[in-house]
Amino acid sequence: MSQAILSGNEAFARGAFEAGVRVASAYPGTPSTEILENVAQYPEIDSSWAPNEKVSLEVAIGASFGGARAMVAMKHVGLNVAADPFMTMSYIGVRGGLVVVVCDDPEMHSSQNEQDSRHYARLGKAPMLEPADSAEALAFTRLAFELSEQFDTPVLLRSNTRISHGKSIVTLGERVTGLPEPKIERNPGKFVMLPGNARKRHPVVEQRLLDLKAWGCDHEINRIEEGEGEIGVITAGISYQYAKEVLPKAHILKLGMVYPLPEQLIRDFAARCKTLYVIEELDPFIEEQVKAMGIEVKGKEIFPICGEFTPSRVAAALGLPQPQGVAVPSEPLPNRPPNMCPGCSHRGVFFALKRLGAFVTGDIGCYTLGALPPLSAMDTCVCMGAGISNATGVAKALGEAERSKVVGVMGDSTFLHSGITSLMDMAYSNTPATAIILDNRITAMTGRQDHPGSGPTLPGIDAIPLTLRRSAAPSASATSRSSIPTTSPGPSRLSTKKCAARNLRWSSPAVPACSTVTDAGSGVRRSSSRPKPAPPARPA
Amino acid sequence: MSPDVKNILLAGVGGQGTLLASEILSETLMLAGFDVKKSEVHGMSQRGGSVTSHVRYGKKVYSPLIPDGQVDVLFGFELLETYRYLPTLRPGGAVVVNDLKIMPSTVAMGTESYPENIPGKIRAVCPEAKIVDGLDLALKAGNIRTVNTVLLGALSQRMEIAEELWLAGLKKMVPERFLKENLAAFQLGRQA
Ligand SMILES: Cc1ncc(C[n+]2csc(CCOP(=O)(O)OP(=O)(O)O)c2C)c(N)n1
Ligand code: SF4
Repeated sequence: MSQAILSGNEAFARGAFEAGVRVASAYPGTPSTEILENVAQYPEIDSSWAPNEKVSLEVAIGASFGGARAMVAMKHVGLNVAADPFMTMSYIGVRGGLVVVVCDDPEMHSSQNEQDSRHYARLGKAPMLEPADSAEALAFTRLAFELSEQFDTPVLLRSNTRISHGKSIVTLGERVTGLPEPKIERNPGKFVMLPGNARKRHPVVEQRLLDLKAWGCDHEINRIEEGEGEIGVITAGISYQYAKEVLPKAHILKLGMVYPLPEQLIRDFAARCKTLYVIEELDPFIEEQVKAMGIEVKGKEIFPICGEFTPSRVAAALGLPQPQGVAVPSEPLPNRPPNMCPGCSHRGVFFALKRLGAFVTGDIGCYTLGALPPLSAMDTCVCMGAGISNATGVAKALGEAERSKVVGVMGDSTFLHSGITSLMDMAYSNTPATAIILDNRITAMTGRQDHPGSGPTLPGIDAIPLTLRRSAAPSASATSRSSIPTTSPGPSRLSTKKCAARNLRWSSPAVPACSTVTDAGSGVRRSSSRPKPAPPARPA
Repeated sequence: MSPDVKNILLAGVGGQGTLLASEILSETLMLAGFDVKKSEVHGMSQRGGSVTSHVRYGKKVYSPLIPDGQVDVLFGFELLETYRYLPTLRPGGAVVVNDLKIMPSTVAMGTESYPENIPGKIRAVCPEAKIVDGLDLALKAGNIRTVNTVLLGALSQRMEIAEELWLAGLKKMVPERFLKENLAAFQLGRQA
C-alpha cells in the first residue's frame, strides 16, 4: 500500500474510487470543485458536470435507483439548491449507496455566506460524517457508502476550506469488488413518494436515526483519546486539530459522525471530566444538543460563532498565553484585492453600465468583481440566478422614471444554473427591465469548467453546445434542441466573448486580449467578430 | 504548541505559482519522512490577490494552520506580500524573499502607495534575511518561469533537508521536459 500527500478533495475522490462508485456528478463551487475534477481521473467512474447542484443530486439519485453507488459534491450554498431532492431522498433511502459531499467555507474565503451545513443533517434526518484530515476524508468516504447501504439512507460528508484545500498524508487502498451489478428493480412503495407511501417511510426514518445513534456509540468513528487532568473536549473535523494543538493534554471525544450524536458515549465521557468544552467552528450545533442532554459544557460563550477557527483564535478564547512574533513598526499597507484578468470581456460591460448610471442587480461569477473599484458598477448580489429576477422585482417596485435604469446581469454558467427561470419570469410578467447575459462560454470563476453552453463534457467528449440566442419577440420559443430563447419585452442583451483566461492555468500570468461588448440588438455576435468599443447600450 | 513542528509560510501574489512551490516543498518533506500538512485558499485570491500557503512538518502535525507568531521561515515571492506577513515570524526566524515588486491595483489607481525600502525594513527585523533576485537567476537558468525553483533553492539552504531529497521532490513534481532548467535554477538559488 502506497502513501501519497493528497488534498482533502483528492482524498474524497480517491475514496469514491475505492468505494466502487460508478456515477459522480457535481456543479463547481469553491472549495468543492476539485472533488469531481479528481473523480474524473478514474475511468471507472462516469463523471459529469451538471448545470446545477439539484440536477447533480437527481442524477446521482437515479444512479442509486439503478443500483450503483453514486456521489455528488457541492459547496455549502449548493446544498440549498439541492435541498429539495435531498429532503425526500432521506425518506426514500437508497438502492446503491448515495453520498453527498458538502464543503463549508467558514471565513467566507470565496462565498457569500458562512452557513453551517450540519443543520441539513438534522433537517433531513440523515447521518453526517466529518473528517479531520485527508486520511479521514478517504476513509470516511468509503465508510459513508457502507453506512448508506447498511442503514438505507443518503449520507452527508461535511468538509470545509481547510480540509478540502489542505494536504496531508494518506495511505491508498484498492477499489472494492463484488458490489451487485446495477439492474432495473421496481419498488414503488419505496421509490414513489406519494403521500400514502411517504407516510409509511417517515417512521422508518425516525427509527433509522435511533439505530444510527446506537451504532455511533460503538463504532470507532467516534473515539475517546485519553489525556491527563480534568479537562475534556468534545470536537470534530478541523476543530479537532486545533484542539489537539492548543490543549495537547486534554481528554478528547473526537466525533467522526456529527449527526446523529452518540448520546450514551457523550454521557460517559462527560461524567469523567470536570470541565467540558465543545470546540466547533460556526454554530453551536453539537453544543446545543449536548446541553439538551442536561450536560454542562462551555462553548460559544467563549469561542466565536463568526469566522473560521485558527489555533491562535482557539487559544485566545481559552485565555491561554500566546507566543509573540517579531515586532514590526506598524505602517498602513496597500490592499491587494483580486481583479479581473487583463482583457477580460466583463470589464467593458461594467464600464458601459457605470457610464450609463444603471442600477445593476448582479450575480455571482468573475463579473462580481465589477462591484469593486474602479468599476464599482454592481448594486446588488444575492445568490446564483438572482441577477435577473432581482431586476424584475426592482423594476416592479419603481416608478416609470427610474425603472429604465434597472439592469440584471449574470454569467452564462449562472444563467444555465438558475437564471433561465428568472428570465422566463421577466418575459412572462412583461417587466420593462434589461437583462444582460455575459456569455464567455465557461464557468470561469471556479477555474473554468465547461457547461452545457461551452462544449466538451468533463471526460473531454464533444457535446452539442447550447447556444444562447437573443430574440426580440416575447413570443419566441425554442427552435431547436440546442437553442434557448432569451426573451424579454425590454431589450435583452447578450455579451459574447470568450473568457480571456480560458486556456491558461492559474500559475501563468494572464495574457491580455481585446475586450468586446457585442450585440446592440441584432442577435449574437461570435467571438470571431472584430473587436469594437462598447456601444452605448440603452437600458429600457 | 508543539515545539518539534516547523512552520513555513509562503506569501505571494495570485498567479505567481506559489501553490506549485508549496507542492514541491511538501513532497520533499514527505520524502524526508516527516508528517506534513499544507493549507492554502484557492478561489478569489488567485485573481491577482494576496496568496499564502502554510506548510508545517515534524513528527506529528495537527493544525494545518500556523499559530500566529510561530513562523520559522517566511518564504516570500513578492516584497509587499512578504512584508505584510512579517509580524507572523517568530523571533529568530528566517526570511527568504524574492526581490520583486508587483503593484497592487490600488497602487496603480493611485489610491494607495507601495511602501518604500521593504528590503531594509525586513532586514531591520531579520538581519540575516536572504533577498534573492529570482528573475535574474531564472534567466541565467534559461527559463524565466523557473523563478520559483530558484527561490526553493535559496530556501533549501536554510533547511536541514538533504540535497538529494530536494532533487527527488523536484523530479517528482516537474515535467520531464522542464527538468533540466529547473535543476539548474535550483542550484543557482542554492548558491545565491
Ligand atoms: C449555488 C451556488 N453554486 C456554486 C457557486 C459557486 N460559483 C460562484 S460563481 C460560479 C459560476 C460563474 O460562472 P459564470 O456565471 O459563467 O460567470 P464567469 O465566472 O464565467 O464570469 C460558481 C459556480 C455558488 N456561488 N453558488
Ligand atoms: S478568468 Fe475569464 S472571466 Fe474570469 S476574470 Fe479572467 S478573463 Fe474574466
